[in-house]
This record gives sequence, structure tokens and C-alpha cells, in this order.
Amino acid sequence: MTERARQPVTAAANPPVSPLDSNLLPSDVVQASAISNTPMPDRLLDSVAKLIDVSKCIGCKACQSACIEWNDTYPEIEENVGVYENPHDLTPDMFTLMRFSEYENPESGDLEWLIRKDGCMHCADPGCLKACPAPGAIVQYSNGIVDFISDNCIGCGYCVTGCPFNIPRISRTAQVSKKCTLCSDRVAVGQGPACAKACPTQAITFGTKESQIALADERIADLKSRGYENAGLYDPQGVGGTHVMYVLHHADQPSLYSGLPDDPRISPVVAGWKGPAKTAGLAMIGLAVAGSVLHGIFAKPNAVSEEEEREAEDLVGDSRKEV
Amino acid sequence: MNIDLSRRSFLKLTGAGVAATSLGAMGFGQAEARVAAHVRGFKLVTTTETRSTCTYCSVACGIILYSKGDLAAGETAELSHVEGDADHPTNRGTLCPKGAALRDYVKAETRLTHPRYRAPGADRFTEISWDEALDKIARAVKEDRDANLIEKNADGVTVNRLTTTGFLAASATTNETAWATWKVVRSLGIVGFDNQARV
Amino acid sequence: MTNSWTDIKNTDLVVIMGGNAAEAHPCGFKWVTEAKHHRGAKLIVVDPRFNRSASVADYYAPIRPGSDIAFLMGVIRWCIENDRVQWDYVRNYTNVSHLVREDFGWADGMFTGYDAEKRSYDQTSWEYQIGEDGFVLTDETLEHPRSVWQLLKQHVEVYTPEFVENTCGTPKDRFLKICEMIGETSAPDKAMTSMYALGWTQHSKGAQNIRGMAMLQLLLGNIGIAGGGMNALRGHSNIQGLTDVGLMSNLVPGYLAMPRETEADFTTYMSTRGNKPLRPNQMSYWQNYGKFMVSFLKALWGDKATAGNGWGYDWLPKLDIVQYDAMRMFDMMKNGKVNTYFFQGFNALLSFPNRAKMTEAFSKLKLMVVMDPLATETASFWENHGIYNDVDSASIQTEVLELPTTCFAEDEGATVNSGRWLQWHWAGATPPGEAKSDVWIMSQIYLRVKKLYEEEGGTAPEPILNLSWDYENPEEPMPSELARELNGRALETLYDPADPTKVVLEAGQQLSGFGQMRDDGSTMGACWIYAGCWTEAGNMMARRDNSDPSGMGIFQNWSFAWPANRRVLYNRASCDPDGRPWDPNRTLIEWNGEKWAGADVPDIAVTAKPREVGPFIMNPEGTGRFFSRRLMRDGPFPTHMEPFESPMANPLNPEMRGNPVARVFADDLEKMATSAEFPFVATSYRLTEHFHFWTKHNRVNSVTQPEFFVEISKELAAEKGITKGTRVRVWSARGEIWAKAVVTKRIQPLICDGKPVHIIGIPIHWGFKGAARKGFGSNTLGPFVGDANIETPEFKAYLVNIELVEGNA
Repeated sequence: MTERARQPVTAAANPPVSPLDSNLLPSDVVQASAISNTPMPDRLLDSVAKLIDVSKCIGCKACQSACIEWNDTYPEIEENVGVYENPHDLTPDMFTLMRFSEYENPESGDLEWLIRKDGCMHCADPGCLKACPAPGAIVQYSNGIVDFISDNCIGCGYCVTGCPFNIPRISRTAQVSKKCTLCSDRVAVGQGPACAKACPTQAITFGTKESQIALADERIADLKSRGYENAGLYDPQGVGGTHVMYVLHHADQPSLYSGLPDDPRISPVVAGWKGPAKTAGLAMIGLAVAGSVLHGIFAKPNAVSEEEEREAEDLVGDSRKEV
Repeated sequence: MNIDLSRRSFLKLTGAGVAATSLGAMGFGQAEARVAAHVRGFKLVTTTETRSTCTYCSVACGIILYSKGDLAAGETAELSHVEGDADHPTNRGTLCPKGAALRDYVKAETRLTHPRYRAPGADRFTEISWDEALDKIARAVKEDRDANLIEKNADGVTVNRLTTTGFLAASATTNETAWATWKVVRSLGIVGFDNQARV
Repeated sequence: MTNSWTDIKNTDLVVIMGGNAAEAHPCGFKWVTEAKHHRGAKLIVVDPRFNRSASVADYYAPIRPGSDIAFLMGVIRWCIENDRVQWDYVRNYTNVSHLVREDFGWADGMFTGYDAEKRSYDQTSWEYQIGEDGFVLTDETLEHPRSVWQLLKQHVEVYTPEFVENTCGTPKDRFLKICEMIGETSAPDKAMTSMYALGWTQHSKGAQNIRGMAMLQLLLGNIGIAGGGMNALRGHSNIQGLTDVGLMSNLVPGYLAMPRETEADFTTYMSTRGNKPLRPNQMSYWQNYGKFMVSFLKALWGDKATAGNGWGYDWLPKLDIVQYDAMRMFDMMKNGKVNTYFFQGFNALLSFPNRAKMTEAFSKLKLMVVMDPLATETASFWENHGIYNDVDSASIQTEVLELPTTCFAEDEGATVNSGRWLQWHWAGATPPGEAKSDVWIMSQIYLRVKKLYEEEGGTAPEPILNLSWDYENPEEPMPSELARELNGRALETLYDPADPTKVVLEAGQQLSGFGQMRDDGSTMGACWIYAGCWTEAGNMMARRDNSDPSGMGIFQNWSFAWPANRRVLYNRASCDPDGRPWDPNRTLIEWNGEKWAGADVPDIAVTAKPREVGPFIMNPEGTGRFFSRRLMRDGPFPTHMEPFESPMANPLNPEMRGNPVARVFADDLEKMATSAEFPFVATSYRLTEHFHFWTKHNRVNSVTQPEFFVEISKELAAEKGITKGTRVRVWSARGEIWAKAVVTKRIQPLICDGKPVHIIGIPIHWGFKGAARKGFGSNTLGPFVGDANIETPEFKAYLVNIELVEGNA
């Protein structure tokens, strides 16, 4: 019998090397895609959160490096296209990405280089999970982690359009959808995510959601004292709050930060799924999938074509366009 | 036509079936459908930890090397992961983008593994044994030193100065390597001795 | 660093100028964010580019590359004019009251004693007035016209805010705002820290840039205090250590000097060293020079070094010139005067200016030996890679030996961080293939050469045969053996000089500090400043107690800091003349009535009474210097000098080009251009995603920054029809490169001398080996000239041109 890992409280810790029993169990799942009757878990884990303090972030990409190394992914070595974003977008092998925008503040006249770490927000009300037709391909644990279970994933891409933040990416080789797991394998043994541990300036921190909100309050007070009157926490309630939150100097204008949605919401189609529209929604998936059979099989069987993307969009609508 | 029936294509062929499964999931008959979550196994289990210092800049972050195999126990050790040492006062476990990818440096495809020799005019290296390489160096050093060492200057002062052989020292080797290097280089009389502090 | 990384959390104001800490030292920069978060500290960034440090700064100002001295002298002028001076500190701890010789002076940006022929100053007049008692004459009222204070005031008079704006391109309002923020730290309980790196050193007047800030820090009373200091951010993991151990042409370990041929014997060598105090009661610590040098020679030659043979002094090589630095060697190499050259972990082809000259130089070598963990461009300089390395392999006759070495993960030993901490590390991986440690390789070379001399005889074999090589396994000495030598040990029983009946150390015991070193041959120690690193108590560098009882980030029991485990240099200056801390909330040490004590190791004799001994114990005056004597080749005060390639004439002297005493080789001068042909200013720098030319070998880092690019302003882009992601050609008088264009608001044209100056930013990281896309190093373009004192190449300011190119080449 090995010892059960404790619940994580920080990312600033050294991982164990001796075997520990996981503390993130199947029974901690509170929601699973396309499964309506997930049993009530017999315990509730502490709600966790990653806080990204944009005002401390120097855009060094340590989070990207640590993410690649920890998750053993193999992003492509691309070319320079005249920007600092590399890779140029999230990919099935790059779960997080620094996005850079040069903003001339009209009030101060100063240039600001706003750098935001993009990646899965781990919504309390996850649009991806709602949109997903594959039973158990997307699960939510009681601590708030939304995880993709590749073995159950069919790579259909509906999660992409279900996501108000445009995060998941479909692997063309493995035919599965990929995104940040909040390092569920580390959390399971009492550790924080690899990106939060690595972050040199501790712009990324990790702990209970409560502790991260308290830290954010401290940071917001500091920013206000430096003249950022609109500094605030980004924990959007349109998706029930998130388990990845931002401290923004301009919380009144999230979209300044490379298009962070001002008021993200799940598409009404997907949002209504749990209620009366659920049957209809799932039936629509069936029809849409059936309808794509004929041309799909003769096109590019291993790739998600633009057409397929459009189908998915037709189905669930583009929630990002609506807000 | 070679059709690779991937899971996705298969799904498309049987789309209606998927819908049926999904419908089933809504509680029309498979209430027991319960999907086990798969959290990846923790990859550092049963690795050996070694405390080290990052080899890049002079912040000198504390790191932990995770290896398969224990060098101290006389085993072969294969580096599998590097992570910041949370006990270290300077970096407190954090690492920059280079430090976070240190494993890739240690295991770079362009790491050198054999001594190599390039002949005059050649367009490629060929492998050479250590013995052969070192003997070649020793002979070249002695020949140059014997021919060009300035033992005494015009005033008859002993100067033991060699300017025709030079040495650029590293930037990431240890103090101990530096001391051994200093001794050898100066005993030969080399004055063209420098390190990377200027660049 | 005078202080340490963790000490930065104690600061009130961080000034990053001449560096880019967030970009190049992210985990050290953490302590800046920590000071901001928990102390409310402010961050100022002054840089030609709005860089990653600027992205989290409270205030940013642009500056034209190569104009830092004008800016810094302008700040000093403003502080004096507005009485932002820590007077108690300045009066007591600096040389403001010292009187300077009557014949010293300056005009047109030049100091007295210039010899244009020799490109050198006769420094005779740059000296104090010395009284009959041998001490410096002083005027405590500071009103004497020859006092350093009055001369300083005169010297900075020209650097008005308007002069700064016109020369640096820094808008006047921004400059004045920064003056105000800096001036606030003249309060005794306020601290400012300076964080700088190669942005200041890589100029033809790099050392004077740094002096400029050091003088400002003295004026504000910020040297020696917690959260203050001059903090050089060293670029490599052990470049501090390699310099400490003296791996430079003119150095002996511990910053002792290699002998010059004018110093014919040990007595002559010592006659100009061991400085006597220039003020009463001062420690003038170099008085102990002989103890350190003799202990070093005993470490080098062992029993062969005796009093009778001047401790083996003859066997050391003697210099005929100041130094054979790398650039001089490459120039000699190009002229066919070097036969064999070793590159130990040093990718010189991408590191030194004017790559075409480097390739030409390497092609003249008979034998190149490269020791490296990675396949470097240097080792393959003869390999054709199209535009990326356009050489004719067949015509290059150089033999090359490329030797695979271990890297940090596979070896054991100590490296020294910027804060002077010697940290021990252990091996955790098996070396790949036949890779060997550098110690093994150096030992093999030595033993094989020695054997040849033993068997065949040859020229002057003594230094080789007499070298002490007393190791358990001579084929590969252990790191522990070498470390113990660096520390030093007693060679015979040492008695207490005050009480000869008392034994200090038995023969063979490790020294516990450099205070135990003797000049009679009874001690050995290779590097006096490291004494204390491996004592009878064991390996102090391996200590891992991370407790910090004072909460000041001192970590007294973590590793070992040189000298004497001291974490903040000059910490005596953290207290007022009576020994009370300037700021009781940041006490490093204090006088307790009997001795100095506190969280840090006092940087003064522990029983030295307040008001008797000055805090700058290495200087014979005991004070910090606004007016420097003997050490700087280009002036006792920093004066504005333009880069050798500049878009404007020096406003102090339009005839002056670059640094008038910098060494320039004739053919390199011919390859220097004017702004008529090359209108744009180039500056080189590092990116956070890469470490020099190493991480382009890594897949992960190549993903995050895959391809070579240059950065330009929107204005210059529009002028040249360049858009983001297009391909451009950038060329200087020395070479050309092709790159992708990043067009950014973060670089702005500056107005200098009434004209717009466009800046082109060129990162350093690419080459033709490794995982990343092939590219160029910025060194292809840089001018082959270095700083007048320290020969750091002028990579940060030179002239280029740029154009859009179609297609891929």
C-alpha cells in the first residue's frame, strides 16, 4: 500500500519520486460529456485555480517550454512570420501560448506591451464538455479541472466550437482533441501545473481558488496604487467562473489582451443542452454526422477539413461571434 | 484507393450509431455508462534525483535532474526530466524557457559523441580515436612551443612567453576545471588566454 | 554584483539600463517583481528598445545606443543641482574632499596627457596631491577648487537636460521624471539598485558607462546597502568563476596580475604592489598581496617554489603588452602569427565581430582544437552552408580536432553566480558516447606534452616539468582535489603571530580563510578570494541550508560566497559613520560598541572602530572614488564619447571618433563606416527564448523562437517598404545578413542632433548548426573594436543599412 497524495496547495514544490496513490480519481468526476447521470461523488475536492498575473508576466515563454517538456509534446519548429508568437497559434502539441499585443494607452500616451498566456480556462461551466458528443471524452473533476480523455475522444472538433475561448485543437495524426489538462497528472500527486512551477516571475501561481482570489486582490491593490484604476480579476461569470484566472491592468477591456473575450458565454445551443433541448441537440449531432459521411470518407480521412469545421459551427454556432 | 479507417472516419461511417449511443447516454438505457477518467501516470516515479545548477546564465538556478538509473550507485543514468528546485533560495523552483528545456540540451541530437578530425581541404569530419587525437595535439603543442617560445627577451629577462598557440576558455565549466585549465595553459607559456566574459 | 539576486527584494527602485534582466535573467528578475509586489518598489527601464523588462516597468525612456554616459552624467548633474545627495555618505565615504594635482584638467572631451600617436594618455596628472606625510591632501569644506567635489561639479556642468535630449534622443520630460525618481533614493533610508550587463560593457567605453552609474550610486549613498549596489548580471553560468580563477591573458587567480617583462623578478613584481594607505588608519587590503601571490605560486609549483627561486616566478610567462585578449589573438591569427588555437566550450565564430575576419583568421591556423558538448559553427567554420557559411572548403588548410565533452549534467564541481555564490553540483547522467570531461582532456594534453619533454627534451621544459600535479589519479584529478587546492592549506604548522605558542593550523589542514595565508611559503592556496570554500569543516560550497533568519535574503548558510562568505560587498557603508544602520529596517551589520556584527559578514576588520577606518578597504584611501586614479585608461571621470560608427558627431568634440584611446587595428579602421553610407544604428541583444548559440540545438527552444529576425520601427519599415514577416538584407561595412522582419512600435525613431535616428535590433542566436532554422549571428556585421580598458567588442552601437529583398535569399 502506498500513501495517498495530498491535495495540492502550491506549484512551488518538488515532485515526489516514490510511488504515491493518485488523489484525482474517477469517482471525483462531477460531469462527463454525453453522460447525463454521473453519480454524485462521495467527496468534493478543494476547488483549485491557476492565477495568471499579466502585470508580472514578462512573456518569456517558460510556461510554453515547461508545458512541452512535461507533457512530452512535439510542436513543429515553424518559421518567423514577423511576430513573437511561436508557434503561431495553439496546436495539438502546444497547449499554452504567449500572445503579445502592442497597445498605445490613449490616456497616458505610453506604449504598453500586453502579454497574455493563452490556454484552457477550465471553465466551471465548460462549453467543450457540453458540446462533446463522445461519452466520457471530456470530464470535469470536483476540483474544477476539465480534462480530455483521449481514449474516448472521437476527434470530431465540436469542443472547439463549444469553447468560448477557442482553445482545443484537433490532432491530425491522432484524431483526438488536445488542450491543457491543468497538469492533472501532477495535481493528482499533490503538485501544481508545470507552467506555474516554472514561471520565473511567479506571474503564474496555483493553489485553491480561494487562495488565488486573495492573491489577486493583493495584486489589484498594488496595481491601483500604480495608477491602473481599472485593474481587476478576470473570472468570467458567463461561464460560471474559471479555474484559470487573470489579473489584468485593464480589466475593463479584456479584449486588449490579444482578444480575450470581454464577456465569454457558451453558445445558447450548447448551453441549453442540459435542459429540454438536450435530446434535440444530440439528435442533431447524429444527423450532422450522418450527413457528412458521403463526402467525408473520400476527402481527407485524417484531417479536419474546413468544411467539417463549418459543419460543427453550423451545429453549435460560433459563440465568440455572438458576444 | 487506400482508405485509412481511423477512429474519426469510422465514426463518420457509423454516424447514426454514434447518435444512438449518445441518445443512450441520455439515460434511455445505459444509466450505468460511466467513464473512468484517465489521469496520466506520474512520470517521475522511480527516477533518481540529483541536485544541480542550471548551466546557462549566472542566476544559477537550482535544478533537480531526474534520471533513470542511479549514477552514485554505479549505474548508467539516463536523464529523463529537469525541474527547478523549490528549495533553492534564488529561483525557488522556477525556471526560464531555457532552463525548463534543459533536458533537450543534454540530449540534443547535435551533442558530440566521438572525437572527429577534419583534414586540410576536406569537406567533412571523420571519426578518430581519443589516443590519436590527443597525441596529435601534444605533438603540435610541443613543436610550436619548441619553435616559438620566447625564453628570454632582448634584455635577457626570462619571459617564457608563447604567443603562437592560444587558448579560449569556456564559460560554463566548473571552477575546478578552470583551475586545471589555468595550470596546463600557463605551464606551456601561453599568454593568448581569454574567456567569454567579453562577449 | 556587489549584492546578490535575493537582495534585490530589499530595494525601493530598480534601474535597468545597459541590460535587459527580464529577458536575459528571468529567474533573477523575479526579485524585481518581488520588490514591486511586497515593497512597493518602482522599476525604471532605459533602453533603445521597449523590451521585456520595459513591459513590466513603471517608467520607460528610450536612449540612443552608445550615449549612456551623457545620460548618467546628466542625472548626476541634476542630483547635485537639486541637492539630491546623501551628504553624510558622500562626505565620509567618498573621495570628494581629496585634492587633485594642479596640472590635471580637460578640454573638448579630452583629459590632460593625451598622446594621439600612441592613442593613450599619460596619466601622471590624474593623481591626488600628496602631503609630506605620504597621505592625500584634503579639504573637508569641499570648497577647494582642486577638490574632487568641485572638479566633479565642473565636469558634469555640460550635461544639461537639453544636452541629454539632443545627444541621447531621450525626451526631456522623460529624462527629468527619471532624475526625480532616482533622486528620491538619496534619502538614507531609500535604496536603488542598478542592474546591468553587456548593454553597458559592449561599447568602446563600456567600463566608463559602468563607472558613471557607480558614481551616481555613491552620490546617492546606495553602495554597500541592502537593496542597493552595482549589480553586473553575468551572462554565463560560470563566467564569474572563470574570471575569478584568472582565465584571462593578464590575470592570476584572485585578480592578481600576470607579471610583465618589465618586472624581471619577484621582488620587482612586488615593489609596485602591496599599496600603502593613502589616508591614516586605512586597511588598504592589498597590503596583503604578497601573501596571496606566494600562496598561489606554492599551489602552482608545489615544493619546487622556494624563497630562493622567487617562488618559481621565472616559470610564469611574462607579458610584453597589456594583454593578449581574444581580439588581439584573432588579429594576429589573421596575419599568420598563430599556429594552434584551442576553443574550450567557446563558439567564437559567432561571438566576435566581423565574422569574415574570423573565418579568414581560422583559415590561417595549422591546427584548431575544439572541446565542446555540441557541434559548433566554430568547429565547422570550413563547411559550406550556402549563404549561411559561404566558404570554399577545399582551399582551407586548417586541421580541426573536435573533442566531445561532458556537460553540467554529467560532471561535478562549483560554478559561481552573479552574486559570487560558489554552488556545488553533482552529476546525474552518464556522458553520451565517448564524451569526456574537460579536466580529463586537459590532463591528457598536459601529461602527453610532459612525457614528450621528458623523453625528448626541448625548449624551456621547467615550467612543464615543475608544475605541481599531485593528484590521486593524475589522468583525471577529482573535483574535490582541485577545489581543496583553490581553497588552500597549511604546508607546515601555523602559529598565531600574536601568540606563538598557539597553533592555528596543523600542517596539511585546510585554511579557513585568506587571513591565514602567509608570504613565507608555509601556506598554499590557488585563489585567495576562494579561501573558506573548502575548510576543515568540509565543502562549504555544498551547503544547502536555505534558512534566512534576518529575512533579508542573505542565506548565510547556503553555499559559500566570496570573499569570506560575505553577501553584500562594502556593507560597512550600510551604517553611518558611528556604526548605526542608515535604515534600521534593513540592517546588514552594525557596531555593537565592541565589534561589527549582524546578519552578514562585516566588510571591515570586526574590531575596526567607527570613524577610524573607511568602508572601501581595497582602496588605499579607504573611500569610494568619484575621481579614479590609475585604473581607467580613458579618464578619471566618464566623458561622453560617440561609438566608432555613429550617426552624429561628438558634441563635445566633433573631431573625436569613438574612444580616443581604444585600440583599433589598421585594417579594421578601414572597415569602419560613416552615416553617409550606413544611415541606421544597429544594436545586438539576446532573446529570452534562447541562450547564446546553445539552445538553437534544442527542439523546445527552437519551437519558441525558430528563425532569425531583425526588429525595426514602423516608421523605418514604411520608409523602406518593409512589412512584418518579409525578408530583409542588412549590411554593414563588414558583411551582410538576411533575416525576417519584425516591425514594432517598441522601437521608435529618436531625434538626435535635430535628425531622426532609426535603430535596427539584431538578436544574436542563430547559426548553421542545430535544430532551429539556419540563420546568421549579428557578429557578422559588428565592428572589430573593443572597450579601451577591457576589450569588450562594440556590438551595441554601429552602423548598417537595410533593404527589402524578394524571395528567399
